[in-house]
Amino acid sequence: MDLFGSFALLLAFLCGLYAFGGGIAAIITRRPLLIKSARNAGMAVCVLIWLGFGSLAYLFQTDNFSMAYVVEHSNRTLPAFFKFAAIWAGQQGSLLFWSFLLSIYVFSVLFTYRGKHPELMPYVGVVMVGVQLFFLTLNNFIASPFGILGSAAPSGAMQWIMRGDGNGLNPLLQYPEMVIHPPILYSGYTGFTIPFAFALAALLGRYPGEKWIHLTRRWTMIAWGFQGVGILLGAHWAYAVLGWGGYWMWDPVENASLMPWLTGTAFLHSVMMQEKRGMMRVWNVWLVFTTFLLTIFGTFLTRSGVVNSVHAFAQSSIGPWFLSFIGLVLLVCVVSYWRNRDYLRSDNTLDSLVSRESSFLFNNLILLVACIAVISGTLFPVLSEWVRGTKISVGVPFFNTINLPIALFLLFLTGVGPLLAWRKTSTASLRKNFGGPLLIGIVAGVIGMALGLRGFYVVTCLILSVFVTLTILLEFYRGARVIASRANTNLLSGVAELTMRNTRRYGGYIVHFGIVLIFIGISGTAFNQDKQSDLPPGAQMTIGPYRLTHQTFDSTNVANYTSERATIAVDRNGKQIIMLYPEKRFYPSNQESGTMVAIYSTMKEDLYVVYAGHSPETSQPVIHAYLNPLVKWIWLGGAVMVIGTLLALVPNRQPMLALRTAVEPSRVAPPFSPSPAPVQHYDGHD
Amino acid sequence: MKAKTKFGIGIGIILISLSALAWMGAKQSQTYYHTIAELSSLSSSAMHQRIRIGGDVAAGSIQHLPGRVDFVLKEEGRTLPVSYVGSDPLPDTFKDGAQCLIEGHAMPDGRFVAEQLQAKCASKYEAAPGGTQSSQPASSSDRKS
Repeated sequence: MDLFGSFALLLAFLCGLYAFGGGIAAIITRRPLLIKSARNAGMAVCVLIWLGFGSLAYLFQTDNFSMAYVVEHSNRTLPAFFKFAAIWAGQQGSLLFWSFLLSIYVFSVLFTYRGKHPELMPYVGVVMVGVQLFFLTLNNFIASPFGILGSAAPSGAMQWIMRGDGNGLNPLLQYPEMVIHPPILYSGYTGFTIPFAFALAALLGRYPGEKWIHLTRRWTMIAWGFQGVGILLGAHWAYAVLGWGGYWMWDPVENASLMPWLTGTAFLHSVMMQEKRGMMRVWNVWLVFTTFLLTIFGTFLTRSGVVNSVHAFAQSSIGPWFLSFIGLVLLVCVVSYWRNRDYLRSDNTLDSLVSRESSFLFNNLILLVACIAVISGTLFPVLSEWVRGTKISVGVPFFNTINLPIALFLLFLTGVGPLLAWRKTSTASLRKNFGGPLLIGIVAGVIGMALGLRGFYVVTCLILSVFVTLTILLEFYRGARVIASRANTNLLSGVAELTMRNTRRYGGYIVHFGIVLIFIGISGTAFNQDKQSDLPPGAQMTIGPYRLTHQTFDSTNVANYTSERATIAVDRNGKQIIMLYPEKRFYPSNQESGTMVAIYSTMKEDLYVVYAGHSPETSQPVIHAYLNPLVKWIWLGGAVMVIGTLLALVPNRQPMLALRTAVEPSRVAPPFSPSPAPVQHYDGHD
Repeated sequence: MKAKTKFGIGIGIILISLSALAWMGAKQSQTYYHTIAELSSLSSSAMHQRIRIGGDVAAGSIQHLPGRVDFVLKEEGRTLPVSYVGSDPLPDTFKDGAQCLIEGHAMPDGRFVAEQLQAKCASKYEAAPGGTQSSQPASSSDRKS
């Protein structure tokens, strides 16, 4: 199976070379057969990668401990679905996994648009297979997961070795979220290849108009949605597994996943300027380029050991390959932009500061600044060493001081932007649209302060959250009322009908509402508290309104680990609420331990309890309890964002006209046979 | 005033205020990377900076004392006595021989007071011949500072 897998990957590489070279030849010669052949080769590459990936999965499931990679990341007692997750536990496997997910996207694109857009697709195919070739080079020659174990015999000949058992999977990864988080995040990372390929293809082929944006909108939404969910799942994993009471620490790996999401978000908004007003063409092309480069750069960051990270892969020789690839892509982008820049002229200019255009412009500017801040903070040690010769790092306060005001400004734009008119908005309409929500928001802020809410950011966040939520509700209400009165239905079905008629717009509003929920959840961080104390069985401690009673302490042996567990009864106002079981696990196969956090989660707050081992002084169990307000709102907001994104992917329902078409076809022949007018249909958004 | 000028002013205000914030944030949290060898040659003003040092935990040197944990950090033949006084519990990976990153301040008496500590297991995953990599997620410590 190992031979099968590595052979499949090698064939995929060769096939990719053909698809790349043949594709370029097809573009030059414009021969239909060659175009078709290059496309089929591109699809074959994908299928071969699937075979390679499948064989690695098979090696893991069948405990083939002659494979170095399987030995490193699995063992016999590992449950089957962790054996599947172990595929991407190390560098080689996760790079193959990357190729695998990318090939799913590439295949879908090639298949969906087969025989369509003949001027564009050959270019798209070449760009996509070019990216695949890079990863296949890594999979085949630099970091192959199919290395077998061997050792030199006394004679000097290499011998094949089969281990009895493997080293086991890192306990931090033995958590259900780790089975779904990497695939989802990687689906985001790899998915941005598609809009990149279309943008570069449109530029290279000077493909007319904004067609490439319409073609890629859904692909971008899918990648963006995956990326966002992946980030949130990663945060949730850190929260539930690492046991330090938080979910985000501006670690380089986290930052790496956030950067393309920020530019991707900017892109999703600024394409609307191009669709509606023919503006920002250069900007959009560069935003896609940047987003793609950031996905590659993010992978490079996590794998090269350039910056220290809590959960980065170890240093490896893979860095220069990524850097060269980034340099090459950048060169291709710059050259193709320079040669075709006349094709990207803007149709319009800005008219007014208070307009939809300007709100998009500020949204983009701010997202980009946030991205630059995150990059420079992450690379600060590297940059400062270049500039000043000393390595200096910046910590959490740097990221927070700059990103908090940015985030609040974005929240403000989220409420304001969608309601501003294109070109210019009148003062009267400003008052009509925003007066009420803003007033109620400020009232909510005052009430919050009267109830003891303190802190500028927290109060501002409250005001803005109320404001944005109300503007969104108002939008739904106004539209739904019109539909409901026309169709004589109730308001609720009016809302449903309204949403389905313009899924992009109303799905977008739902995503915005999800963002509001996330912001509310994050603002809860300002009121976190924690407490640590020695807690022998029978003892009690209190945190906030909760009283924790340590009842029993036990240690047990489970299949692939031993566990120490405290049983803690939680009560509030004398009423027992729940039993919590914070736990520490020890994995003998790799001498590592893992913390299992116990969380009692409500909408108001999370009670987060960690068993932190035995105190060395008193040899009593130590319990660290955290009270984290509003954390659940973040995960809820994530779910709402997913719903909104999915809605925005659904095609619009055509409005039912009041006039029914004649049931019986007219028997009178029309005076002339009308051919359907060539109406360009775009997904609505205004 | 033309729309473009207004935009220029708006963008300028945003960029300037954000750069000011970035500068403040950086000043607040910047940490200098040094080696143990460099510590002895630092000027007195540099001694007040927040410093980050990496090394290995000397075998048998970990002492749990009330309120702090003392140990010795080794790097390239030099040693540094360290007191960890941070409020966070020590990560599971902190033990004899572990690779360790500490952040804190150097004291005039030569002792280093660390407020934060990260530890990585000494390359357990690198055992397999043929495989060249991957000691993985390691510590739980670089938290909210």
